[in-house]
Amino acid sequence: MFAPGDRVRVANLHPPGHRRTPFYVRGKSGVIERVCDPSLNPEELGYGFSGEPRRVLYRVRFAQRELWPDYAGPAGDTVDVDIYEHWLQKTAD
Amino acid sequence: MAHEHEHGHDHDHHDHGHDHEHAHPGVQADDETAPSDYELRMLAISELLVEKGVISRDQIRRSLERLDSWQPSRGAEIVARAWLEPEFKARLLANGSEAIKDFGIDMGETVLTVVENTPGVQNVIVCTLCSCYPRAVLGLPPDWYRSKSYRSRVVKEPRQVLAEFGTVLPDDVAVRVHDSLADLRYLVLPQRPPETAGWNAEQLAAIVTRDCMVGVINPDPRSRAH
Repeated sequence: MFAPGDRVRVANLHPPGHRRTPFYVRGKSGVIERVCDPSLNPEELGYGFSGEPRRVLYRVRFAQRELWPDYAGPAGDTVDVDIYEHWLQKTAD
Repeated sequence: MAHEHEHGHDHDHHDHGHDHEHAHPGVQADDETAPSDYELRMLAISELLVEKGVISRDQIRRSLERLDSWQPSRGAEIVARAWLEPEFKARLLANGSEAIKDFGIDMGETVLTVVENTPGVQNVIVCTLCSCYPRAVLGLPPDWYRSKSYRSRVVKEPRQVLAEFGTVLPDDVAVRVHDSLADLRYLVLPQRPPETAGWNAEQLAAIVTRDCMVGVINPDPRSRAH
């Protein structure tokens, strides 16, 4: 679905329940760093469901300045976050 | 249990909100404070599983004993070998879980992702949601790693947090924080200090401490006991 280098945006959604996408990246844009093997969906497993279908996991790299507009450090500082495919949308650069 | 080997997420995700790594059914460490709701729930479930014969007290005890036997020295041996053997280092970076089978460590489905420090990059690990940690290679996480302070601050002001550990980085070194939230576990491969030329694996492993492999400090060649 996405390839390394693609720019993506994390859905700015706030569904109830057990979610593994932290609030600080919701609505933020980053770049796919790595595509990981699909795994059982923890947001389903957490409630005793099967976790199927498996979801592709991505490592998404965010610039600190994108996450925190008042970030005082250098522009090259980043946070890599593990995010499942259903939270990601492709963006035009 | 999907992750019998690593004892990974199942256990990790039960850490929320209690300070006791080892609340057992039965014998407890001394503790003057009232148990939290989570501890009471955990104890109740544990007692029920024992009563119904699903698991035995000995199985619980054995798995805790096994977990306690995992120490950061395992990670240090892995790092030392990566420093000495380029072929092993390449395999370790490509697929950590496969490479560490050489050391008899089986992480099951959990993917050990090794991130390498370079002259221009310092990697740091955190789990902002709970306390995911590469237990199979580092053992149990230190209290500070599980603290709300570390978890909330290191993704937002990593340079200040690192400075509090004594690690002050120049601006031309990028700080790359890794928030461990899924089925990956991270291990930092520090840079080998140039002063260690000619050292053997055992000497090298001695300077690779737990905190180096979380990324909050770097190996100090002077720290080796002579």
